[in-house]
Amino acid sequence: MDYEVVIGLEVHTELSTKTKIFCGCTTEFGGEPNTHVCEICSGMPGTLPVVNKSVIEYAIRTGLATNCKITQYNKFDRKNYFYPDLPKAYQVSQLYLPICQNGFVEINASEGGKKKVRIHEIHMEEDAGKLVHDDFEDCTLVDYNRCGVPLLEIVSEPDMSSADEVIDYLEKLKAILQYIGVSDCKMQEGSLRADVNLSVRKKGANEYGTRTEMKNINSFKAIKRAIEGETERQIDLLESGEKVVQETRRWDDSKGESYAMRSKEDAQDYKYFPEPDIPPIEISDEKIEQIKNALPELPEKKKQRYMEEMNLPEYDTGIITNSIHLVRLFERTAEICGNPKDAANWIMGELMKMLNDTQTLPEDMKFNQDSLGKIIVMLNENKISRNTAKKVFEKVFSEDVEPEKYVKENNLEVMTDTGAIKGIIEKVVADNPKSVEEYKSGKEKAIQFLIGQSMRALKGQAPAQEVTKILHEILD
Amino acid sequence: MQITKELVNYLEALGRIELTDEQRASSEKDLQDILSYIDTLNELDTSNVEPLSHSFPVTNVFREDEVRPSTDRELILENAPEKTDACFMVPKTVE
Repeated sequence: MDYEVVIGLEVHTELSTKTKIFCGCTTEFGGEPNTHVCEICSGMPGTLPVVNKSVIEYAIRTGLATNCKITQYNKFDRKNYFYPDLPKAYQVSQLYLPICQNGFVEINASEGGKKKVRIHEIHMEEDAGKLVHDDFEDCTLVDYNRCGVPLLEIVSEPDMSSADEVIDYLEKLKAILQYIGVSDCKMQEGSLRADVNLSVRKKGANEYGTRTEMKNINSFKAIKRAIEGETERQIDLLESGEKVVQETRRWDDSKGESYAMRSKEDAQDYKYFPEPDIPPIEISDEKIEQIKNALPELPEKKKQRYMEEMNLPEYDTGIITNSIHLVRLFERTAEICGNPKDAANWIMGELMKMLNDTQTLPEDMKFNQDSLGKIIVMLNENKISRNTAKKVFEKVFSEDVEPEKYVKENNLEVMTDTGAIKGIIEKVVADNPKSVEEYKSGKEKAIQFLIGQSMRALKGQAPAQEVTKILHEILD
Repeated sequence: MQITKELVNYLEALGRIELTDEQRASSEKDLQDILSYIDTLNELDTSNVEPLSHSFPVTNVFREDEVRPSTDRELILENAPEKTDACFMVPKTVE
């Protein structure tokens, strides 16, 4: 029996505002426990939350960038639940009137071509604190630094049907959020987290199967594995005549399996009601128009432009435009060296290799954005060899050296003095009489050895072509 | 709406309180009385009335996104029944 998978995502993204959603505490990541906390975000009685203006703007920006309709009359609601990560015992969220509704993000479909993943809604809410379970003391420690950090919850329709589509959706979404500057989307710091709602059904069936929810999976690789594992588990259940139970499951990535979470309480009743402490928020047409006009060029559009104006391959532009950090480097490099093709080739080749080898994400690149462009200029002006250029870029990548200075200080310029080059090669020829003999007796290959030795003696600072030419002059 | 024994037990669990059997019985009756009284409101036709969430005609109360110093940790932790130097301490919660 063939099955198909139906997946919808709830993505939580922490906004990169300077302060929390309802108070002036910093949102900075890290910090000693409970040092980014005040009376408001720790839920002291008698305090009054006041909405951070930027949160509303960031939410509108996100909605417009994902083709949503903006709700012009907004309210917040209280979601009540009793758990120590929430000092107030409720989370301020939006249930009835989410700020953005009915949008979509276009992704690559597994079957080829494009497809739209519909966005059901995007709403604003506050993040919860962090719990650290102390096994030794048999207690739980609570840190409220993260409590009150603004979140957007982006809820998709169940429009995805494979792990690859989910990853593509997340990558597209992440790129959009980074382009419009509303979130840094650092998964390792929890600023992008995904809950996966998944069900399976027989191919062609009209009704959805029973779904399970897997919470807070925080890397793309783990999400892919969790989807594959859960799909298999549900199909196995159905095949053996059992039923899928609607429940929340936790994915244990190290074991590669999910398990049902003991439900927090049997009584899961959020008792939503309008948040009385926060007056309604009205968003004018002008405000929406103004934010719309200030949106930057979005990934898909940028990709099309790179392909059309710069004649770059679709694959390369896809990779580059998926990360605002690669885009910034690419645009700066192309500007400095005047050649987008060279810039793209270096990014797709050398840079990708170094990022992979060192397991570095584009957002964690530390070097000066001008450096790659400067290296390409030196290379194109024949001041350094291709080999040297690669080595200098490695140094730039690892130690952020200034390329021109580094080349000068380490004498890496190409030798332009033909006489001096010839002198060095003549010495190599004199030192290797055996190879010279072999070459002269008709063994063509022997010259390769001499070229290698010469290049080594020249420390790679002369073009191989030039070396070969001089060697032939000497030997023939 | 009918208040049942089960519903009282459910509310007890939701409210994290423990009632005696006597209190359960009286709560059942009290809650039923309250709800019946409130039901009086259902006699009014409100199908054309927008739900009201705020009684003051105030909208758009905002704050600029500017960092303000947080409160001293010692003060924040002062009233906690259990704490370490840095954190609130609560009974172990395991999911």
